[in-house]
Amino acid sequence: MRDFLLPIMTIAWKDVLLELRTKDVVTSVLMFALLAMVTFNFAFDPSPAVIALVAPGILWVAFTFAGILGFNRSFTLEKENGSLDGLLLCPVSRDVIYFGKLLGVFTFMLVMEAVLLPFFAVLYNLPVLDLKLLLLAALATLGFAGVGTLFSAMAVNTRSREIMLPVLLLPVASPVVIAAVESTRAILEGAPWGEIGRWWGLLIAFDMIFLIVSSFVFGSTLEE
Amino acid sequence: MTTRPLQAAAAQRAGLADSATVRMTLLALSAAMMFADLALIFLWAPTEQVMGVVQRIFYFHVPEAWVGFLAFGVVFIASIGYLVTGKRKWDVAGHSAAEIGVLFTTLMLITGSIWAKPVWGVWWTWDPRLTTSLILWLLYVGYLMLRAYAPTPAKAARYSAIMGVIGFIDVPIVYFSVVWWRNIHPELIIGPAAPRDALDPRMLVTLIFSVFTFTVLFVYLLWERMSLRNAEDEVKALRQGE
Repeated sequence: MRDFLLPIMTIAWKDVLLELRTKDVVTSVLMFALLAMVTFNFAFDPSPAVIALVAPGILWVAFTFAGILGFNRSFTLEKENGSLDGLLLCPVSRDVIYFGKLLGVFTFMLVMEAVLLPFFAVLYNLPVLDLKLLLLAALATLGFAGVGTLFSAMAVNTRSREIMLPVLLLPVASPVVIAAVESTRAILEGAPWGEIGRWWGLLIAFDMIFLIVSSFVFGSTLEE
Repeated sequence: MTTRPLQAAAAQRAGLADSATVRMTLLALSAAMMFADLALIFLWAPTEQVMGVVQRIFYFHVPEAWVGFLAFGVVFIASIGYLVTGKRKWDVAGHSAAEIGVLFTTLMLITGSIWAKPVWGVWWTWDPRLTTSLILWLLYVGYLMLRAYAPTPAKAARYSAIMGVIGFIDVPIVYFSVVWWRNIHPELIIGPAAPRDALDPRMLVTLIFSVFTFTVLFVYLLWERMSLRNAEDEVKALRQGE
């Protein structure tokens, strides 16, 4: 177990450390997500009734697009500096590399969401700092990052790579977006557990299925 | 020494002759069935009482949906085959089936819209089946784009095989999520949506025949596309050999 977890943590820590030193992606992605939230405000009438209806959607669209920017960077950096070859030379299996990269972007997205949620709460005047909502964000982000990591490893090698990732990821992750938006709405409305629970079931199923399948097929993306 | 290339050439000619026979048989069969199908649809099947003549689009719409799913099922199996064995034939099959699947899913979405407009009063509603079909279409357009933008043919094959697996597994999850999503926001009933009673036997026979016809058409198209893809690869190999 230790042999499996330690390399994963090391690869993820490498990405986190790189980000801590440069702060390239965090700054730009946070600004982008903030601007998305502000821009949506102009698209909809910001009255309390309308806000209650559209706010969950705004939140998750901002997270989704910000996440895509972050995933794109995750493998672009590896490719630009040829460090992917170094990663491949590590004496670890390919699924360890997958889980390491996944843990890196997952951490990145969680940090980004933790910073954005208070802004969202203030801008839209909503009580979003709720334990259930934080758990939900973690579940949805895990599934999203799970397929996102797999697809960004492929998209980074294609022509027009910036557009390739959302084209692949958004349809595949549509259940995550639907489940996240619907259960955010239910939580904000104070709905009972029964209504939230099935969305969580869906998210857990999505996370498990795609983490397992992605870790199996990830090795094929790295072969020359 | 000289007999070996000659034998190879003869074997290749025999192979070509075989494939020509299969091709002509499939073409003749699907053409004959298609004419019979058209006759059944437009001359034999009764006109639906509520929806009128437009309901006959049903005999195209349902088989197109079926061929779309069938094609993506073939993509799924071929993708697993490619990822496990790495053999080119699996990639050829998956690629060809994906193109045909996208074609038939596109036709399904278009005929569905044409049918929905007079019957429901709108071109589109976010009904679970419609939404799932649209996402299905988007998934496999993404598959074809990934192939087109991949840096090398080997990467195109591997990447698209991965997408072929992920996409197909995703479809039932998408369907469940969309069903629950629509249950929370009840749909407005627009236009005289006809109740789904038991089909007239003649309608049922026509539908079943139409599904068989489109399946034969699919097999024929798949055969053609795969041999075209093989020819494309041969031309590429010859060019590189120059």
